Amino acid sequence: MTEAYLPILVMMVVAGGFAAIALGVSALLGPRRPNPAKDTPYESGIVPLGDARRRFPVQFYVIAVLFILFDVEVILMYPWAVAARQLGLFGLIEMAIFVVILLVGFIYAWKNDAFKWQ
Amino acid sequence: MTFPTLNFPVIAPQIVLVAAALIILLADLMVANKRILGWISLIAVIGALAAVFVCRSDSAAFPLALGGPSGPGTMALADGLGLFASAAVLIAAGLAILLAIERVGDFSRFEKPGSEKKQARSGDHPIAEAPGPQVTDRAGAYYALLLLATAGMTAMATASDLMTIFIALEIFSLALYILVGFNRRDLRSGEAALKYFLLGAFASGFFLYGIALIYAATGTTSLEAILHNIQPMSISLPFRPLLPVGMGLLLVGFGFKLALVPFHMWTPDAYQGAPTPVTAFMSVATKAAAFAALIRVLAAVASYDRPWLLALAALAVLTMTLGNLAALRQTSLKRMLAYSSIAHAGYLLIGLAAGNQLGVEGALYYLLAYTFMNLGAFAVLLAVQRRDENDVTGDRILGLAGRQPLLAALMAVLMFSLAGIPPLAGFFGKLYVFSGAVEAGLAWLAIVGVLNSALGAYYYLRVTILMFMAEPAESDQEISSGKVETLQPGWAVMTTVVLAVLGTIVLGLWQWPWTQTIAQAVSTLALR
Amino acid sequence: MLDYAWLMLLFPALGTLIIAFFGRRLGKGVISWLAPGTVLLSFAVAVSQFATLLGLPAEERHHEVVLWQWMTAGSFSVDLALLIDQLSVTMALVVTGVGFLIHVYSVGYMHDDPRYSRFFAYMNFFILMMLTLVLANNYLLLYVGWEGVGLASYLLIGFWFEKPSAADAGKKAFIVNRVGDFGLALAIMFIWSTVGSLRFADVFANADVLVAAGVIGTVTMLMLLAATGKSAQLPLYVWLPDAMEGPTPVSALIHAATMVTAGVYMTARSAALFDLAPTSAMWVAGIGAATALYAATIALAQTDLKRILAYSTISQLGYMFLAVGVGAYASGIFHLATHAFFKALLFLAAGSVMHALHGELNINKMGNLRAKLPTTYWTYLIGAAALAGIPLLSGFFSKDEILWYAWQKSPVLWAVGLVTAGLTAIYAFRSVFVPFWGQPRDQKLFHHAHESPPAMTVPLIVLAVGAVLAGYIGIPHLSLIEGWLEPVFHAGGAAAEGAKAAYPAAWVEWVLLAVSALVALAGAYFAYTAYVVKTSIPKQVRDSLGWFARLVENKYYVDELYDKVIVNPLRDLANWFAGTVDKAGLDGAVNGIAGIAGWLGGQARRLQTGLVGLYALSILFGAVALVAWLVIR
Repeated sequence: MTEAYLPILVMMVVAGGFAAIALGVSALLGPRRPNPAKDTPYESGIVPLGDARRRFPVQFYVIAVLFILFDVEVILMYPWAVAARQLGLFGLIEMAIFVVILLVGFIYAWKNDAFKWQ
Repeated sequence: MTFPTLNFPVIAPQIVLVAAALIILLADLMVANKRILGWISLIAVIGALAAVFVCRSDSAAFPLALGGPSGPGTMALADGLGLFASAAVLIAAGLAILLAIERVGDFSRFEKPGSEKKQARSGDHPIAEAPGPQVTDRAGAYYALLLLATAGMTAMATASDLMTIFIALEIFSLALYILVGFNRRDLRSGEAALKYFLLGAFASGFFLYGIALIYAATGTTSLEAILHNIQPMSISLPFRPLLPVGMGLLLVGFGFKLALVPFHMWTPDAYQGAPTPVTAFMSVATKAAAFAALIRVLAAVASYDRPWLLALAALAVLTMTLGNLAALRQTSLKRMLAYSSIAHAGYLLIGLAAGNQLGVEGALYYLLAYTFMNLGAFAVLLAVQRRDENDVTGDRILGLAGRQPLLAALMAVLMFSLAGIPPLAGFFGKLYVFSGAVEAGLAWLAIVGVLNSALGAYYYLRVTILMFMAEPAESDQEISSGKVETLQPGWAVMTTVVLAVLGTIVLGLWQWPWTQTIAQAVSTLALR
Repeated sequence: MLDYAWLMLLFPALGTLIIAFFGRRLGKGVISWLAPGTVLLSFAVAVSQFATLLGLPAEERHHEVVLWQWMTAGSFSVDLALLIDQLSVTMALVVTGVGFLIHVYSVGYMHDDPRYSRFFAYMNFFILMMLTLVLANNYLLLYVGWEGVGLASYLLIGFWFEKPSAADAGKKAFIVNRVGDFGLALAIMFIWSTVGSLRFADVFANADVLVAAGVIGTVTMLMLLAATGKSAQLPLYVWLPDAMEGPTPVSALIHAATMVTAGVYMTARSAALFDLAPTSAMWVAGIGAATALYAATIALAQTDLKRILAYSTISQLGYMFLAVGVGAYASGIFHLATHAFFKALLFLAAGSVMHALHGELNINKMGNLRAKLPTTYWTYLIGAAALAGIPLLSGFFSKDEILWYAWQKSPVLWAVGLVTAGLTAIYAFRSVFVPFWGQPRDQKLFHHAHESPPAMTVPLIVLAVGAVLAGYIGIPHLSLIEGWLEPVFHAGGAAAEGAKAAYPAAWVEWVLLAVSALVALAGAYFAYTAYVVKTSIPKQVRDSLGWFARLVENKYYVDELYDKVIVNPLRDLANWFAGTVDKAGLDGAVNGIAGIAGWLGGQARRLQTGLVGLYALSILFGAVALVAWLVIR
């Protein structure tokens, strides 16, 4: 049974070997002459200003999460719409329940000022 | 296309719970008195519990509505095991709601970020600031999330398909992530939630990958079909190794939810950081749901083969020992109980590792006992917890017996039960699972378990020592002069504690109705 | 009548609940009647049971009272049921009888204690649990009582928790007992999974199943472990001397008369199992004999009156184990009963001395107390004489019987027992002569000494009468107790009977009786010379023994050894877990970035992710290990 797996093994060895050799050879042979310009994140780009890990309004998260939620809702409607005829009344009711649940969430978020930029 | 037939009694508890959660969310916008919301959710839980009892012997199923991988398989199964675990979850939910009714404001209220600025501007004229900062109360969200988590847990307990299990797991996990971070005024709460969420997502990945591999090996995600497919070793050769790998990854996911060592690291942080009623709820209800699902998965996928059992036994030993040792030297009572609940997961696992009728029955009995005693213990912690704090140190119960003899006595009963002192429920749970291990030829496991419970007695005992054999941290003078806030536990908290203690005692002294129900529940599983 | 046995449990249960919840409102007056009253009622029920049993033919003296069906697991079920037979009724009589007197004594002794009601709630709870233990008809209920009395003992030892030594002693007792308890729990699990029942009658009837399964040795050795914990035998005796930190009535009731005999009771109750495991029985006898001698030597060197009595208790319990180990179950229980009387008496008298001297217990500070405390002196003298085995007192008969059976089993055991008897006589009379005779060594203490109130002296007198008379039910060849108890130990009784029949000469018994009487008297005489006439002797003896004397005075350094070998490593381990695991976890993460940074040695730059990463790493390692194991199997 092991023969069947032989190609996989060969592939893993070759892949691993390639990575090791490539890294090893460049480390051994490559010249190392660092200078400040080389050490910047983008050698030929814009000079970065300040720390990349800066604070930004938490409101972004709320908007993003809400967007994902309602985005998924809409995406689910596509396959449902394709099969709506076959699913018939049952499918319609299920989709209605689904929409109502999301609607409650929407109202709750709305009333809690989730859409207001503070 | 055939119409799916929904068997409503099977999903009635979830329907009730979700509907109630939605109603509460809407009502939250209109009602000023948040206590009403608590009562609504309590009624919903009782209704769901009634639904569980109604469909007791009705072990029907409902097929997948939109076709899919498992074809004619069933998605949920209202058998004895599922209903028993659902009942445990619902009991825990009911008690957690009752526990929170008076104290939810402690952690659900917070000042709106905008109002703070206003206050700062008019800070020179404090008298002009008559209405005070604008306070938001998220109590409604608390109850709604609790109900949704409960719905997810009951769904997990009755799920009979790996996909349903996963979806249920995600439903309750998401709700719990939010609940853990519910206390906005405490940074720890937020941090605990973030840790729990990140690691939870990590573990969910393992779980999902495990499902994928098992699907690859067996061609189905329905537990019943899996059991059928692997019985005659019908898996074609190249796919065979996928099954143990997939099962191992599933175990990682379960191990995370059950807080088994070494997947437990989040537990102390999350339990300590979460608001106490949430800790009380999640420490017991999650275990009930995940254990029921684990029992089902093991019965289907592993057919209780020996290597699985040994892996479980090893996990049990690690979990018990580490949990108990780490609990020995905690100063925070919440954290101590968190480690203790890790240790208890280890004891529970012994029953599964034994893999026989007695062991699994014992694990289920233990689960119910644990629900009462652990929830009760956290309820007592809430009773002595100050309103402005989120943690409970040993100081809070120093000399409690002198101030509140009844509360101290109830806590002592709970501690003795957790320590496994007869005739309380905790003792019999241990007796059953350990005896199951002895019967399965795992006497060494039982010995490790018994030694561990001897170790555990030490720190439970410390609690009683603090309550009965120590002077209060504050002198009487300080208390009478009103310098220190003296907390009278409200009636709802007390009721919760009393109910939990009653459960602990009744389970211990009047056992056969419960053990009989459990025996029936277990008899349908394919055990040795 | 026998069906009302549950009343015995009901009264103390009601007493416990009422006193625990309404104690403060009731006041001392009501409690001082209520608490002893419930025990007296139980005693009355026990007497009625005893009388009923006497009226029945021997083979019908076995009655089970099922209260309710307790638990079922599959085909297995246990009832909450009581067993009324000769053994359990004898034990119940001792527990409630001695218990009642000690309750009465406590009314006087604890009179000024601020936690008066709590004390009596604990005491009634103890009686309830002890009765549960002796009246149980199955191992599970016995275990309930077993743990319950341990709990009561712990609460009562630590009753004066303001003293750190008392709180520590309580904890020590509980933990050491848990070590023993785990033996019993495991034994129960083995019996359950082998026999499928825990009811005594079923287990003993199917004892051969245990033999066939090859676990009889394991089960009996585990039971022995449990018994050594509860009954303070080698090597788990260390908690009992410390337990003297509790109030004196507690020492008398729990740590001399009743609870510590639970191990003897359980072994005797399991006679049918020990008969089938001769090796384990030999171990029981050996441990008993060794403990008897060992504790007696320590008792010789103690200066604290209560500690002398504590080591004496350990030594006497060793006698009882010797008895049950050699198959003389009835003699063991007989000694248990007589010991309950005279040891309770000694403790209560010691309490009376303590009461008179404001808590002083060092016998080297006392002297000539017989002039001030006549009642205490005379009753103490009777107790000590009974303990020493002076002829015609209760201790003499029961001890002699044990030695006689030991002789039949092995002369070595007999010799050890005899030497112990001699030592016992010496320390018993030392504890009489040093405090009560001679000249007062501390004038101030002597001057303030006063006799105790009647609530304390009357129980002393009653117990003294018991200590004299209790032996007469067991006089050799006229023995009531043997014929009464023997049927309980069917197989064991028959074996002992056979041994007796096989033994040719009755004169040997009389010779042995005379020898032990002489040894006791000689010991008493030696004590008289050494502690009254020529008080330089003890010092000479001590000097001539050298290092051995130091060893004995320091109780063989066993406490220190246990601390070094077991307690400290465990504490270090716990500290390590709490320290390392916690530091890696919450403490560092939440309390300070600096702490964690230090711990990780500055390796982790972004702390938050580094930490959660650590957690995730743990999950990953676990996952790899788990999957690897499942794939390899």
